[in-house]
Amino acid sequence: MIVHGCSDPVQYRESAPAGGVETSLVAAIRRYAVRRDDGQHPQLMPHLRWLEAESIEILREVAAEFRKPVMLYSIGKDSGVMLHLARKAFFPAKIPFPLLHVDTTWKFREMISFRDIMARELGLDLLVHVNRDGIARGISPFGPSAALHTEVMKTEGLKQALDAHGFDAAIGGARRDEEKSRAKERVFSFRSKQHVWDPRRQRPELWNLFNTAIHDGESVRVFPLSNWTETDVWTYIASESIPVVPLYFARPRPVVHRSGALIMVDDERLPLDSGERPETRMIRFRTLGCYPLSGAIESEATNVDEIIDEMLASTTSERQGRLIDHCESKSMERKKREGYF
Amino acid sequence: MEDTLDVRAVSPPPAVKAEKSLLRFLTCGSVDDGKSTLIGRLLCDSQLVEDDQMAAVVRDSVRHGTLGEEADLALLVDGLEAEREQGITIDVAYRYFATPRRSFIVADTPGHEQYTRNMATGASTADLAVVLVDMRKGILTQTMRHSYICSLLGIRSIVLAVNKIDLVSDADEMFRRIIADYHRFAAALDFSAVVPIPISARYGDNVVAASARTPWYRGPSLLRHLETVDAAQNERQLPLRFPVQRVSRPNADFRGYAGTVASGRIAVGDEVVVAASGRSSRVERIVTFDRDLPRATAGDAVTLTLKDEIDIGRGDLLVAPAARPEVADQFSAHLLWLDEKPLLPGRSYLLKIGTRTLPAQVTTLKHKIDINTLAQRPGRTLDLNEIGLCNLSVASPVAFDAYMDNPRTGAFILIDRLSNATAGAGMIAFGLRRASNIRRHAHLVDKTARASLMKQAPCVLWFTGLSGSGKSTIANLVEKALHEAGIHTMLLDGDNIRHGVNRDLGFTDADRVENIRRAGEIAKLLAEAGLVVLSCFISPFRAEREMVRGQLLPGEFVEIFVDVPLKECIRRDPKGLYAKALAGGIANFTGIGSPYEAPQAPDILIDGRNETPEMAAARVVEWVLARHGEDDGSAHGVNDAG
Repeated sequence: MIVHGCSDPVQYRESAPAGGVETSLVAAIRRYAVRRDDGQHPQLMPHLRWLEAESIEILREVAAEFRKPVMLYSIGKDSGVMLHLARKAFFPAKIPFPLLHVDTTWKFREMISFRDIMARELGLDLLVHVNRDGIARGISPFGPSAALHTEVMKTEGLKQALDAHGFDAAIGGARRDEEKSRAKERVFSFRSKQHVWDPRRQRPELWNLFNTAIHDGESVRVFPLSNWTETDVWTYIASESIPVVPLYFARPRPVVHRSGALIMVDDERLPLDSGERPETRMIRFRTLGCYPLSGAIESEATNVDEIIDEMLASTTSERQGRLIDHCESKSMERKKREGYF
Repeated sequence: MEDTLDVRAVSPPPAVKAEKSLLRFLTCGSVDDGKSTLIGRLLCDSQLVEDDQMAAVVRDSVRHGTLGEEADLALLVDGLEAEREQGITIDVAYRYFATPRRSFIVADTPGHEQYTRNMATGASTADLAVVLVDMRKGILTQTMRHSYICSLLGIRSIVLAVNKIDLVSDADEMFRRIIADYHRFAAALDFSAVVPIPISARYGDNVVAASARTPWYRGPSLLRHLETVDAAQNERQLPLRFPVQRVSRPNADFRGYAGTVASGRIAVGDEVVVAASGRSSRVERIVTFDRDLPRATAGDAVTLTLKDEIDIGRGDLLVAPAARPEVADQFSAHLLWLDEKPLLPGRSYLLKIGTRTLPAQVTTLKHKIDINTLAQRPGRTLDLNEIGLCNLSVASPVAFDAYMDNPRTGAFILIDRLSNATAGAGMIAFGLRRASNIRRHAHLVDKTARASLMKQAPCVLWFTGLSGSGKSTIANLVEKALHEAGIHTMLLDGDNIRHGVNRDLGFTDADRVENIRRAGEIAKLLAEAGLVVLSCFISPFRAEREMVRGQLLPGEFVEIFVDVPLKECIRRDPKGLYAKALAGGIANFTGIGSPYEAPQAPDILIDGRNETPEMAAARVVEWVLARHGEDDGSAHGVNDAG
């Protein structure tokens, strides 16, 4: 998975049937890939400018201090913002590290095609890793292995990829406002040789003086978007015209109701219970992951402006749609200790 | 398919369109003063808590909450499992909220003494501190401690939030008394504004909206104050400081210096000086992804290109020619200790200042500061959470400002070279000029010249091991054999070092570090004289052995570990020291009251239980002679004797 290109603005709005969508998406991303230096760039709000500069400083620090960094690319909106910031941080040079997507094989089809177009048009050095062992063991988000799916395909898959390439820093798009245990995560978060996060032994992080010292085999996870909120991310996407996967925009899609969530029938692999019949609803997603585990929301928001309006009026949090978080709020901390991003 | 794309410039909706600024603040105060509850209240009352998060809190309140059936708002912010179980906040948590006027980043920091380091962490990036006081308890030791840390870390704007007004009857009178008490204490601190606000975090009085319960209070609510206060450190007004983060060289035609303007402003055409070297040039371009800029100010992440090719790398500081920072290799600083392992003066740490990282040591701990009373106390080390005023020396001159003048160029961290822990946080007080008066003379006769006259390759044979392991016995045999082979040697041990040069030192960890530091310096000088040096010290700490290794050329430091288990040493006990130590007669005896950190990969490992001293010595001698054999030019002749 490797291709070429360079940088600027486009907004994608979803309303055409699938075939045309793909073509126009390519055109939109192609325009984004070309950097426009016409002095027409809109001024960012002061607090977004501050966030942008902080993230750029963090990304440059990673490139300066680590032997072999990698940026995790999950295809979602936060990854899109992070990739945009990386292009800015190193301009006029290219991004000095590869991108890594840990593919569980259950991502939405539109995510995968978006990923491939982005990689091709922007000339990204993109690595895709699938946990073959998990596939061989028949792990899937359904049936008896459902509880293991995220751990094996995502967490284990990530560790495999990091170990295989010997990456000593992995840059991720997690934000502190996403979840309570993330609120105490460091920007440079130390991981043992076994990728374990120990919340009780985190390094104090003062000023902008990040301690990047590690021993061989140890690594850090770096979170340049730590201080961003969901609203910041969307406002920035709007201001900077960053392309996002069309699934964030509402359109009629086939869904079924499951444990209080709306699950999109993205392909024929979704087993339907007897009596369960997909129906078409006007839906979109606030977060994207494995499609059988991502709950949709009913929405009329078809562009970024409308998403921001909807979000400001919203009374539920972003992760509500993620089925894996639901059990108990401590579950995220457990997963993180075990090496989940 | 153009028509399916919305390519117009997207304008944000009115709610976020305003020129919103950012305020970073922290909340601190004593245990149970209600910090987490206050933040929960701010989030809740400005309607930033989502329904599903609130549902989770109500669910969790029944399990962990301290308020019975009522939702415990502190659970919104106490994130880690351990905290929820103990009902306390043990780590800094960052929370985010926004009003139409401002975005806020809140550091919620712990009240317990043992977590002072976390409070300092929160304070290091904050512009303002909300110091919580329980109205019923008034100003406590912890209130003073936290205020002092805020002041030390450069926070100038304080909100004194007097909480729990719902629990007292004469709130008016008590409020006034607490203000007076606080002012009396804070007069010694460097605050520019202290704004007292009476609140009830639990019921929301004066948190977001003004309270009907406090007709005697006419000031703003807490949120209104936070929205309007001008607390940002004005880094733009300070002289230009631009720490170079990375040199960007995408192709032969472009050489840029990427970094964030730490303070001041810079424009195309301005003259800039590399602080350490004094070389100067002019700014040619200020490059960003969006476009070239005519100027940049503090906080902007940019890439500079200069008119001339001068030597600049990561860690260099570009500055305004008319207002330069100090450049020195010694300075005085306030140091807050963050590690469980205490500070050891003399030990080599890594110091990171700006984008520069280099070896450093604390040369003197001038005094500790009792953060409860601000009194100065003598001390030899700093333990976790202690603060002291220290002199530090760094491996080469660095550029800096006093922290009071410019926090961005006056702050540093110390990193433990073995554990990599962030061990200390420092704030530079002033540079020490002394360093510039000691100039090194370039010697006309150097180590190589001296050694070649003696036809030998100098090195340091560093014997380490527990007391009674047989270091001295073996070293003496080695020296005798080398001497007979015509090699010039010198043996250093406790007898000739501790009784002379180091007779002022005892056996605490700090003194042991200094003992080895001096022994290492002497070994280095003797090696420079061309000698093969044998040194026999327990040298229990890995860090100091590594420090000595670092002072010598690669291969010159030969670590020889005489490995004898503690049990065996106690059995042998040639000097009766173990018996005495075990009886409590000797404090800090290595292996009994003080640790021994065994080498992980010694150059020569001696199995002191199964090898006789003669066998061990023969192996070391063989090793040294083989080394001389490799080195034909400087050491011919010794082979015959081997």
